[in-house]
Amino acid sequence: MSLMSIIFAGILTYFTRMTMVALISREMLGDKVKAVLEYVPSAVFPAIIFPGIFINDYGTFIEMNDPKIFGALVAVIVGYFSKNIIATILAGLVSYWFLIFVIFS
Amino acid sequence: MLSKKQLFTKGMLDISPHMLSVIPFGIICGAIGVELGFNPYLVYAMSFIIFGGASQIVFLQLLSGGASSLVAVTSVGIINSRHLLYGAVLSEYLEKLSFFKKLLISYVIVDQGFAESNKFFKKNRSEEYLHYHLIGTGCTMWVCWQIATLSGIILGSFVPEELGLKFAIPLTFIAIVVQDLKKIDHVIVMITCGLSSLLFFDAPFKSYIIISPVIALFVASLLLRLKK
Repeated sequence: MSLMSIIFAGILTYFTRMTMVALISREMLGDKVKAVLEYVPSAVFPAIIFPGIFINDYGTFIEMNDPKIFGALVAVIVGYFSKNIIATILAGLVSYWFLIFVIFS
Repeated sequence: MLSKKQLFTKGMLDISPHMLSVIPFGIICGAIGVELGFNPYLVYAMSFIIFGGASQIVFLQLLSGGASSLVAVTSVGIINSRHLLYGAVLSEYLEKLSFFKKLLISYVIVDQGFAESNKFFKKNRSEEYLHYHLIGTGCTMWVCWQIATLSGIILGSFVPEELGLKFAIPLTFIAIVVQDLKKIDHVIVMITCGLSSLLFFDAPFKSYIIISPVIALFVASLLLRLKK
């Protein structure tokens, strides 16, 4: 790993962050495009969530009885009703730990 | 009207719960770099120059696995291309800023900051200094990320691996989207994205991270047409 490769990766990353903010103006986006952009959080974050749950460190699918699935479900339920970020994360982690340290140990 | 300082503080407060997952992840990220045998200074340089959790880990793993720099750099670019979508959403709210301020603020746009600031922007369109909220979320994330990765580099992985704290990352994003499960159109878009990401997980250069949002946004545009 050279400093040069990090700098290239950093410049590329910066451009992904800056391009649309700096170069797009309101008139360039029609109402239709703006309506679709409303869905960006729902269209992007599951691509982080699903592999984080269903695919393990070795890049293969987990079993259907994997504790992560249970932890994620608990997080969804607690998050939905509590509307609290910390409660959501803790509920998911604690239920996951409960399964791996108490039940499956 | 809220003052600049109030908006900045609101941004800090809105993103701070996510630090529960970001800080352990940062520690793991720094520790992995050193464990894989890379120069600690270079591992830290990534946090400053790239400043993106998932892409830093992939960069390290690819290079340690013998991939060429070109492959590693390309993968980082593709993983981070999702920021183009965040930028397109945020551009509407940042329009009044000077070009120079836009260049500066872009450096601190991250997933969780975008998510929380976007939620705030939608509810408070009329605020004059809206962008201070984004600066608040971004700077909080930046400071925590630098400290977390540095401590991982210096102290090693003092977070026990058995705890599986990487799992906190999907949980933090569940907390972001979970309220949108009330809306059936959003549920369809989320499931489309999620299933596509699993289907295309093995696509080259980690491109599932941008392929699946594009498919999901296409489905969203179809849903909008149906609604009319």
